[in-house]
Amino acid sequence: MLPYPLLSASLVIMWLALNGFTLGHLILGCIVAVFASWGMASLRPAKPRLKKWYLLPKLVGIVLYDIVRSNIAVASIILGGHKRKFKSGFITVPLDVESPMALAVLAVVVTSTPGTAWLEYNSLNRTVLIHVLDLVDEAEWQTLIKGRYEALLMEIFE
Amino acid sequence: MNIMDHAVDLPVWAAILVSFFLVVGSGLTLIGTIGFSRLPSFYERIHAPTLGTSWGTGGIVMASMIFFTVLATRPVIHEILIGIFVTVTTPVTLMLLARAALHRDRAEGNPDVLAEVSPDEPKSGPALGE
Repeated sequence: MLPYPLLSASLVIMWLALNGFTLGHLILGCIVAVFASWGMASLRPAKPRLKKWYLLPKLVGIVLYDIVRSNIAVASIILGGHKRKFKSGFITVPLDVESPMALAVLAVVVTSTPGTAWLEYNSLNRTVLIHVLDLVDEAEWQTLIKGRYEALLMEIFE
Repeated sequence: MNIMDHAVDLPVWAAILVSFFLVVGSGLTLIGTIGFSRLPSFYERIHAPTLGTSWGTGGIVMASMIFFTVLATRPVIHEILIGIFVTVTTPVTLMLLARAALHRDRAEGNPDVLAEVSPDEPKSGPALGE
């Protein structure tokens, strides 16, 4: 009946948030959610396993804080004008995470943080190419991504 | 339209909070677009719009949620969906653009890119065609 309970629950909540919290929309939303999760099941995606889901709020908190910090950093670089004190560059970070779900979350985190852009993941040697706007020390960025995000993601997903 | 007429009923603390988030959000988006036109290279330019897609969107969404929650005296939170969808979909377009640019720069042998990517190049060489 419900191959993806979390997906179905999210769809019902989304339906209610968009249409208003009434009994009619609860029933309609449940019907939509059931059919959508059947559709999802027929695509047969790999089922993500959330091992320690209670760590997710911690990850969200860390990421939101980092996004605020890097918003300020990037805004000051842009407004800094013509005196180019910053040097941008590419870094490669070797990754230990393998789960596609964790990689997707890491890509979202790295991309939505201004100043870092996830360019391409090489699945053969398991490295990711990241472009950093204000690159001071490559090793510092590597330890930031591996220690701050990857370790937490591995705990959550693997 | 109708709800805007009631905007005068907004308490001062809420008005200050809403304006603060609105100014922060739209300001960050504006700075992002300025950076988008001013930064010199493609790889630097892709960083600028992320200001708009992160706390630029976030600030405006927060302002909207506070405004309508206070006016309707019930939690209005569906704006958060905008934030979630913008955040989740940004990497898709970014990777498309960036990988196209990387592929072109590598094919053309662009010294800027190749010089910096080169430590990785011998290893990633065979993987390019994947």
